[in-house]
Amino acid sequence: MSDNTAQPLLRVRDLVVEIPTRRGLLRPVNGVSFDVERGEILGVVGESGAGKSITGAAIIGLLDSPSRIASGEVWLDGERIDNLDNEGLRKVRGRQIGTIFQDPLTSLNPLLPIGDQLAETAMVHLSISRAEARERALAALVEVGIPAAAQRIDAYAHEFSGGMRQRVVIALALIAEPRFVIADEPTTALDVSVQAQILSLLRSLCVKRNTGVMLITHDMGVIAETTDRVAVLYAGRLAEIGPTRDVVESPGHPYSRGLMAATPSPSELADKDLRLNQIPGSMPGLLDVPAGCAFHPRCEFVKDRCRNAVPTSYPSGNSHSACFLHDAEALS
Amino acid sequence: MSNGALVQISDLTKTFDISSPWLERVIERKPRQYLTAVEEVSFDIERGTTYALVGESGSGKSTIARMLVGLMKPTRGSVHVDGVNPDSASAEDVLKFRRQIQMIFQDPYASMNPRWRVSEIVAEPIVTLGLLSGRDAVVRRVGELLEQVGLSARDAGRFPHEFSGGQRQRICIARALASNPEFIVCDEPTSALDVSVQAQVLNLMRDLQRDLKLTYLFITHDLAVVRYMADQIGVLYLGRLVESAARDRLFSAPSHPYTQMLLDAAPRLDGFGRQHQSDSSEIPDPINRPSGCHFHPRCSRAKSNCAVESPQTQTAGASRVACFYPS
Ligand SMILES: Nc1ncnc2c1ncn2[C@@H]1O[C@H](COP(=O)(O)OP(=O)(O)OP(=O)(O)O)[C@@H](O)[C@H]1O
Ligand SMILES: Nc1ncnc2c1ncn2[C@@H]1O[C@H](COP(=O)(O)OP(=O)(O)OP(=O)(O)O)[C@@H](O)[C@H]1O
Ligand SMILES: [Mg+2]
Ligand SMILES: [Mg+2]
Repeated sequence: MSDNTAQPLLRVRDLVVEIPTRRGLLRPVNGVSFDVERGEILGVVGESGAGKSITGAAIIGLLDSPSRIASGEVWLDGERIDNLDNEGLRKVRGRQIGTIFQDPLTSLNPLLPIGDQLAETAMVHLSISRAEARERALAALVEVGIPAAAQRIDAYAHEFSGGMRQRVVIALALIAEPRFVIADEPTTALDVSVQAQILSLLRSLCVKRNTGVMLITHDMGVIAETTDRVAVLYAGRLAEIGPTRDVVESPGHPYSRGLMAATPSPSELADKDLRLNQIPGSMPGLLDVPAGCAFHPRCEFVKDRCRNAVPTSYPSGNSHSACFLHDAEALS
Repeated sequence: MSNGALVQISDLTKTFDISSPWLERVIERKPRQYLTAVEEVSFDIERGTTYALVGESGSGKSTIARMLVGLMKPTRGSVHVDGVNPDSASAEDVLKFRRQIQMIFQDPYASMNPRWRVSEIVAEPIVTLGLLSGRDAVVRRVGELLEQVGLSARDAGRFPHEFSGGQRQRICIARALASNPEFIVCDEPTSALDVSVQAQVLNLMRDLQRDLKLTYLFITHDLAVVRYMADQIGVLYLGRLVESAARDRLFSAPSHPYTQMLLDAAPRLDGFGRQHQSDSSEIPDPINRPSGCHFHPRCSRAKSNCAVESPQTQTAGASRVACFYPS
């Protein structure tokens, strides 16, 4: 494969995922575009049902039937991967893309010692000998901070605590040295002290290896501390994308503004008279996504145009926001 | 006992027998096993204030909540609410106790019968406690309660699945308010909600507290939520209360090393690119809790005595801390 460094590592263009159901055609992902660069952590944030996991699943070709990619393109390192057959996809997963899910037990085989699982994955994807693969497995466990890794290599997943299991999953996701990693709520089930360890581990490994990461979470604090850029999803569409600090400190989309105001920083919380900003209403279900901008019924800046037309993405500071407030032409 | 305290918890302890079945124990020669989920926890909650319990998973928060509302009997120690101890109260006092205390749970959907209409759900405490007589009076009260939590009296005829998560939690709050309680135990009431909706529910709970002079025990592991809601905060670690202090004091000058670790580990919205010290300490097994101070294996300040003796709670002003070397 050509190492096409002029291209972004991952490029997603106008991705649409459809689910035919008896009650109608659902579009949990509705025209999403973004890039992830090498060595970059892109955070994907949004409320429950916004389409975060389905976006991730679509990229790695793990959509459960009857969900399917209806249109759009996914490119990894200059190669189109949304139209591969099963065999092609299987090779991309594991070798090129590593995955980390919320529940480590979904990624670990309960019947196989963790060392064998790691070695197996390394052998399949890197075409190395069994002995070499075992060495790599041990090195991987040491790297993710499993204490006494040499003694623990033949233990089973259930013999580890939740935090240690998630470390093993990270080792498994990274052992074939993938270029891109999708981590879907990797620390949501863990306590804060363990979460902090796992996130710094993920970050340092990716910086060291120049791996691109898509980190899905609904925790704005995790986004602020861990990611370089952030994409805010709302009802299957990208509301805003930009450098993390810009989106957190000066959000351009009214929805991101509401989100940030609803999650105050420690200094704001020190003020006794603080009252949390609340966005009225809640995110619509997929069968009742309103016409125009999906956020318009909850938006304090709503204009007629928002009820009729879907806003495209406009520059807003260093970010891009899908909101007519930033349509320079309309303003002038 | 201070005068203003509505709730008094003293030396509360809960031990679970988690032994395997008798036959298995005999065959495999295994001893009985116990898990101490809550150990000698004492604190008071002043009338009209919020006491927050924080701590990581398995630290005993929900177990304390269950004992407080009378869903579970303490192994040792006692609970008094407005002077009434549910374990030794007369039938009349037990009724008073049940009216005065209500509970709100994390998952609003799991805590209501999906086949009941909202009106039946909200009216349930009124009916079972016999608080109002006459259908009209009950219907009127349910409408009032729904409006009080920001829903509409018209919602009474609908079913829980027709509401969003935040609206369902409002229904639970309406039900909790139905018996005019003084004290509400809230076990992670917003953990299942999205942030934009969480803010609605937290603001509502604060408004209700002010208007109805409610007292809350608020359980959560989200430190930002704690800081927003609490007057006093208790920090639990493996069943023990390691620190208890006023909100500002706890956040500006945490005294127990575990409290300091918790505050430091929590992700912050202003923590751009923050590097956490990457130790790999793990939360220990609650069945075989470490000797002495349970926190000592993870503690940077631990000295040899910490592994042997269990630190007594020291009082410094309104703060209490169980540590040999507090800061
Ligand atoms: N098989 C399916 N049939 C119908 N709807 C589905 C199906 N799978 C997913 N959905 C819907 O698609 C939407 C997006 O789901 P997705 O799992 O991507 O959300 P998410 O942003 O990851 O949310 P969460 O934070 O809860 O994980 C949701 O509204 C979900 O109910
Ligand atoms: N009925 C029970 N039988 C045996 N052990 C129990 C029982 N209920 C709770 N425990 C144990 O007691 C300890 C405290 O549990 P508890 O549910 O109070 O924790 P928690 O602080 O509420 O945790 P979380 O944040 O996960 O809700 C845990 O180790 C738990 O496994
Ligand atoms: Mg998801
Ligand atoms: Mg609990």
